[in-house]
Amino acid sequence: MIAEIGHFATLLALAFALMQGSLPIWGAYKGDTRLMESARAFAIGQFLFVSFAFACLVAVYVRSDFSVLNVWQNSHSAKPLIFKITGSWGNHEGSMLLWVVILAFFGALVALFGNNLPARLRANALGVQGWISIAFLFFILATSNPFARLSPVPFDGQDLNPILQDISLAIHPPLLYAGYVGFSMAFSFAIAALIEGKIDAAWARWVRPWTLIAWMFLTAGISMGSWWAYYELGWGGWWFWDPVENASFMPWLAGTALLHSALVMERRAALKVWTILLAILTFSLSLLGTFLVRSGVLTSVHAFAVDAERGVFILAIMAVFIGGALALFAWRAPLLRQGGLFAPVSREGALVLNNLFLATAAGTVLIGTLYPLVLEALTGEKISVGAPFFNKTFGPTMIPLLMLVPFGPMMAWKRGDLLGTSQRLMVVAALALVTAGAVYWSFNGGPVLAALGVGLAVWLIGGAIFEILWRVKFMRAPVAESWRRAGGLPRSSWGTMTAHAGIGVVLLGIVSATAWRTEVITTMNPGETLTVAGNDITFEGVSPRQGPNYSEDVGQFTVRRDGLVVARLEPAKRFYSVRRQPTTEAGIKSFIGGDLYVVLGDPTGDGSYVVRIYDNPLVTLIWIGTYIMVLGGAVSLSDRRFRIGVPRRRRVVANPAPAE
Amino acid sequence: MRNLLLAIFLLLGTGVAGAVLPDEVLSDPALETRAREISAGVRCLVCQNQSIDDSEATLARDLRILVRERLVAGDSDNQVVQFLVDRYGEFVLLEPRFYTRTWILWSAPLVMFAAGALILGWRSRRITASVPAGLTEDEQKALDDILHEG
Repeated sequence: MIAEIGHFATLLALAFALMQGSLPIWGAYKGDTRLMESARAFAIGQFLFVSFAFACLVAVYVRSDFSVLNVWQNSHSAKPLIFKITGSWGNHEGSMLLWVVILAFFGALVALFGNNLPARLRANALGVQGWISIAFLFFILATSNPFARLSPVPFDGQDLNPILQDISLAIHPPLLYAGYVGFSMAFSFAIAALIEGKIDAAWARWVRPWTLIAWMFLTAGISMGSWWAYYELGWGGWWFWDPVENASFMPWLAGTALLHSALVMERRAALKVWTILLAILTFSLSLLGTFLVRSGVLTSVHAFAVDAERGVFILAIMAVFIGGALALFAWRAPLLRQGGLFAPVSREGALVLNNLFLATAAGTVLIGTLYPLVLEALTGEKISVGAPFFNKTFGPTMIPLLMLVPFGPMMAWKRGDLLGTSQRLMVVAALALVTAGAVYWSFNGGPVLAALGVGLAVWLIGGAIFEILWRVKFMRAPVAESWRRAGGLPRSSWGTMTAHAGIGVVLLGIVSATAWRTEVITTMNPGETLTVAGNDITFEGVSPRQGPNYSEDVGQFTVRRDGLVVARLEPAKRFYSVRRQPTTEAGIKSFIGGDLYVVLGDPTGDGSYVVRIYDNPLVTLIWIGTYIMVLGGAVSLSDRRFRIGVPRRRRVVANPAPAE
Repeated sequence: MRNLLLAIFLLLGTGVAGAVLPDEVLSDPALETRAREISAGVRCLVCQNQSIDDSEATLARDLRILVRERLVAGDSDNQVVQFLVDRYGEFVLLEPRFYTRTWILWSAPLVMFAAGALILGWRSRRITASVPAGLTEDEQKALDDILHEG
């Protein structure tokens, strides 16, 4: 019964979406305020019904109702409750429903908190959101119904793919989707602006926080996926340039560019046309990501849906939305008035350069990801485009961009002073070079590129901190004045500093984990001790253990430093009996200097085991750095609310959570 | 074909856990380093986007051993790679070689960047031409008005 209610709620949500996609836009066209206002009710109604439908899906999962096909395929009565819940979106149908829930949630936020938006813009934007909902709800109902029944009812389920039975992979899709779908806001606003043929700074002020929120979610989602790959896949890699990773990385690159170009548009009313185009492209890449993952066109570890009908359907959705949006852009963009002139050397100029590099990077990843598919479709020839290609092309695109980052925030708007900025940054450059030299020297002429990489990381972090010090006139004014100035700095400056420093931290992690990694592959007998990177690792033995829906062989390792026990690691080989699938659980201990990573391999037959031990120096900084970037976004976001609230302070007090 | 590959892939398990096994490692560290470098660029044909260095599929192990055999026999790195391509086609290389079918791929990043830079250069010349060094007449007038008011 619950499944039928859920199915019906999905249908009702589609009905609401149909209304939301038509009436408000008609109202905006005719100037009918009541029709325009109806968008808000439809958006909220759609959200309520689609989330109710999703709640029904979670309920059938929790109850292990195996008469529902989806539950039978992806759950098992012995599965821990948490994975019963998360399993509801760990499959194609459920994850598409979650996609629409998040989409409707964003729409409802605009409906609830978009009071300060011009009525026509709000109606059009919500209408466009309605179209996206219609497409995806129709897709769910036509090809991917999560509520389909099964008869006769099986005794138990087939369990969820074991590598998905993991808490961070359970949180990963919602975060990623919040990012993907969050960019739909920028898209809807862009289309709304094109429909109206007018765009102003208020538009940018509205789009920027949404883009920032989406970007934060996407950053966190990608980071979590990478962390999962690091500890779950069992060889300590953290980024593989897998097409599915690329699918989420492309919108991230484009979204990062959009964040910066919207800044120019908000402050200086320049780059309007480009920002609109970028908003369309970013969401298009999100749709492409959904298509690549969901259609099974890639058939990789992540693509758990292989079905041509669905692929064609999503391809059609993509073609309509991307093609339609670009056609509308070509037709209407000339109407948008350009404004805000600036010299090439200026803050705007720096942000344009940022966009050039990020767009090239996104384009490179796009071509590398699609090239083998297209080539095979056109010529039948199969080639692979893997990690080495991306490392060789993406790296050289990013390095100059990262070198330029500290200059950007130091430049004045409209007309900057390159020479002056360079002179000011001399201190940081000297610090970076000295660090690089020291690293080179202390590793006895260790890899030159790695030393330079560390230098670049110091340049980024130092540059970010220096910008703040320079703004508060540190050392150039009395301490009290600097302190006062620091208090007066807008939050967005702190946010910029934090996010830019975060990139430096990520880079430091990448460089050290790549260049100074230690790997030992060997066989060990129980009782044997091995020394890796200053850790004395004793293999105590292997014992069997029984989990709720798996059995495992657990290796016991004791780690000592100078005779003192600093860690006990229990890497395991698991076997999930329902799916008959093995997984590897690495034993990881994070020290301040880096991770000790132990993987238990197969027994060799004479009582010893294959053991892999890795020392990954500073690898954790990769994920810490991304969260520092997310934090920077959050700090910047808190500024937006305050600033927009200023002219309407009374309203803000009455309504303490505007959707900024 | 793709479904077949997928079926094989599922049969072999998901290919988790790092791959090189102790008995494969060559005694000569220089040769072993070369073997690892080559392996990192060779695709495990039954896996998805994994190099033979990362995969624990049986076929990956066979290829790893093959690479090492060729190296021990005295092949250069290029000869080993060519040997694999002759047997398995270009598909086996994770880094596609530069030839007629791939020159678009390899030149794309540079072309995109150059095109973007050219457009920007052209636009900025136009913009610079229209940004006067000082104030415009209107701005000067507005400023004068304000100053005179005071």
